[in-house]
Amino acid sequence: MNKRFLLLAGLAAITGAGLLTGCKPKQLIAPVQSGVAEKVYVAPGKYDEFYNIVSGGFSGGVAIYGLPSGRLFRQIPVFAQHPESGYGYSEETKPMLNTSYGTQVWDDQHHVGLSTTNGEHDGRWIFANSNNSPRVARISLETFRTEEIIEIPNSSGNHSSPFLTENTEYAVAGTRFAYPLDDEGSNPDVPIASFKDTFKSVISMVAVEPKTGRLSIGFQILLPGIDIDLARAGKKKSHDWIFFSCYNSEQAHTLLEVNASQKDKDFIVAINWKKCEEYVKAGKGRKSRNPYAHNVWDEHTHSAKSTILNEVTILDPTELKDIVYLMPCPKSPHGCDTDPTGSYIIGSGKLAAIIPVFSFDKMLKAIADKNHEGEFCGLPVLKYESVLHGEVKKPGLGPLHTEFDGKGNAYTSFFVTSEIVKWNIETLQVVDRAPTYYSVGHMTVPGSATVKPHGKYAIAYNKITKDRYLPTGPELTQSAQLYDISGDKMKLLLDFPTVGEPHYAEAIPAALVKPKSKKFYKIEANNHPYVTKSEKDARVVREGNVVHVYMTAIRSHLAPDNIEGVKIGDEVYFHVTNLEQDWDVPHGFAVKGSGNAELLIMPGETATLKYVPGRVGIAPFYCTDFCSALHQEMQGYLRVSPAGSDVPLKFGIGETAPTAK
Amino acid sequence: MQPLRLSTRLLLALATLSLVATYFLPLWEIQLWAPQYPEGLNMKMWLNRITGDCDIINGVNHYIGMKTIKAEMFPEFKYMVYLVGVIIAIGFLPVVLGRRRWLMVFVATLILAAVAGMGDYWRWSQDYGTNLSPKAAISIPGMSYSPPIIGYKSILNFVAYSGPDRGGWIFIVVGVVAVGLLTTEIWLDRRQLKK
Repeated sequence: MNKRFLLLAGLAAITGAGLLTGCKPKQLIAPVQSGVAEKVYVAPGKYDEFYNIVSGGFSGGVAIYGLPSGRLFRQIPVFAQHPESGYGYSEETKPMLNTSYGTQVWDDQHHVGLSTTNGEHDGRWIFANSNNSPRVARISLETFRTEEIIEIPNSSGNHSSPFLTENTEYAVAGTRFAYPLDDEGSNPDVPIASFKDTFKSVISMVAVEPKTGRLSIGFQILLPGIDIDLARAGKKKSHDWIFFSCYNSEQAHTLLEVNASQKDKDFIVAINWKKCEEYVKAGKGRKSRNPYAHNVWDEHTHSAKSTILNEVTILDPTELKDIVYLMPCPKSPHGCDTDPTGSYIIGSGKLAAIIPVFSFDKMLKAIADKNHEGEFCGLPVLKYESVLHGEVKKPGLGPLHTEFDGKGNAYTSFFVTSEIVKWNIETLQVVDRAPTYYSVGHMTVPGSATVKPHGKYAIAYNKITKDRYLPTGPELTQSAQLYDISGDKMKLLLDFPTVGEPHYAEAIPAALVKPKSKKFYKIEANNHPYVTKSEKDARVVREGNVVHVYMTAIRSHLAPDNIEGVKIGDEVYFHVTNLEQDWDVPHGFAVKGSGNAELLIMPGETATLKYVPGRVGIAPFYCTDFCSALHQEMQGYLRVSPAGSDVPLKFGIGETAPTAK
Repeated sequence: MQPLRLSTRLLLALATLSLVATYFLPLWEIQLWAPQYPEGLNMKMWLNRITGDCDIINGVNHYIGMKTIKAEMFPEFKYMVYLVGVIIAIGFLPVVLGRRRWLMVFVATLILAAVAGMGDYWRWSQDYGTNLSPKAAISIPGMSYSPPIIGYKSILNFVAYSGPDRGGWIFIVVGVVAVGLLTTEIWLDRRQLKK
């Protein structure tokens, strides 16, 4: 009988073991090696090595981080109001958000591009695009402020933007959501199902004035209705060219998820922009008339001005035969990246199981030999094999973007298989792969967009965060990851949270930017029409029912700080000038009951808050940015009297303050 | 006409009775892990239904054109409850009639059920993993996405595990008990004969 009990005990043990089902395999546990902490630790008082300039996605701005620490330094508002700085709330900044559709207070910011001279970072400007209402912005790397925004007419869904040509001759823009365009350049009322006949896409070349950076629409190139996705300009030998990826060559207008994924190949659109320039100079092309806004910030008036422009030159490549060539690219290409030598164009068919690498030399030869496989809507399609350098086999699933380290390696992000794959451009062999947490979208290798990448790191901007940080409810921060790529194997160093949903980002050595960073604005150079350059000029002026308050702010008082004689029905403009002339002494301004917001005013700057009093009584105002030991005392009162009241306009501070009758 | 020992009949009654629990426990499980699914995705098969993260798995699989997993796809769910009922009934035959022949019938039934079950699962997984929609957004020539029959398998960036769940383990234990009892009966009878 004992034996039978042993048998039963054995069976019970098997049952117990059976209840422990499938355990998480070891290979899926994050591989962080020891000794990585010191590689990302920036000691107190020390600086990061790189500025990481990261698109803010649906936050509408651009964010600045340090690398390798991953610390967030600043959010630069561009296409969205930003409460922290008053951007889009102050009277001076409101025109920056003007479009031909009126004010747009929140757009979707996707990609950034850092200015280059001879293909190398020059540390002058950041360019940024907005996707929804097509716009391109220029941001100063001295002030880290948005200086200019130009709307792109005749387009919608400005995704393939603002990628720059080698010498920052142009920032580009392209239509992602093909839409109807008539000869007048307007957006006519047509049935959606007429897509193939009426919908068009355009490539826009936004010219950048070399000294001032001032933007203008150089010219546009008309394309059939396809969805232009991403772009990269050529470099060195391919300097005159720019390459765009596109999807939906099926020309579907509904359920694109299925209907735009049917063809084996879409296209890389190769454009000879130098040739285009010649045609424009020769007076070719037609003029379209379609309004677009051009908003410019003036650092001396501390104000933006918005102008509505109308005219743009459009070139038609079905007439001008030698400006546009199509290269077939497998399955809905997304990323379209040129390597630092300008010899290769990497298309990332996001649904393809290979990465095609196109050769610029072969492309020129195929063009010269007229090696066409046919036409697409009147545009020449080059033979796939004739332009192909080769294919990277079995790299992963869902390739999106490729970056370069300047040592002959490419790094491609894979969304579906959630990894970075390193491969050799010449041999097309995969040499390393590293998982990302989770589902990487864009990637940055510092200087990858230039002819001289700085290398050292790769940063993955992940589309899914999940459990990487302490949870904060359904809404989570976004997650970036830093990898050391200096060795043969990529090493995960750090996770850091990011703002909005970062798309493309660049990184630039701090040495190229830090020395030029502005500390404050000179008060003598302040040409704001409502500037108050000294406290004795502080005053209140009534013009009908408009009241201008010329206010100064200096530690630790606002002048005037007592104002009477404002009535219901008045519009009050607080023009606050910060008289400080030292680094990091901003003042803030807020007034009770303001339907608008607050102000934040940098030293030497003037900013204006529009205030429409809604109730009779005393409205206190104060400084909102802790500026000094007596910041709490930096406060004042506005007396609001009923409409038609005979309270006289009086104002002052200290001895000049209005006295009781 | 070898009669079964009383202890055998009692243990067998207990084992057969425990099969009732399979109505309330999942039989089989499939788990999937990937970097972006650190918590794992799982799918549990019961006698009459599938539970777990089917919706998420369907979402992942739509890229590659796999069929949407739905309980209605499996006619097995309609009759498996009755099949297990029959198996339980057969299990009570040797208990009640007390003959070794009926124990043999029960053991044979269990083995047959196991083979048929695994065969059915293999057929289903092959169809599911290779019979892909031609309209799929992503297609890799020659790629099969079938889960492993049992154990671990890498499918692209996923690691898949397939194995018995609690109900399945009960079946396995009952099978082992039945075979064990049959072997001991034969062994004990032979020893008695020698004496």
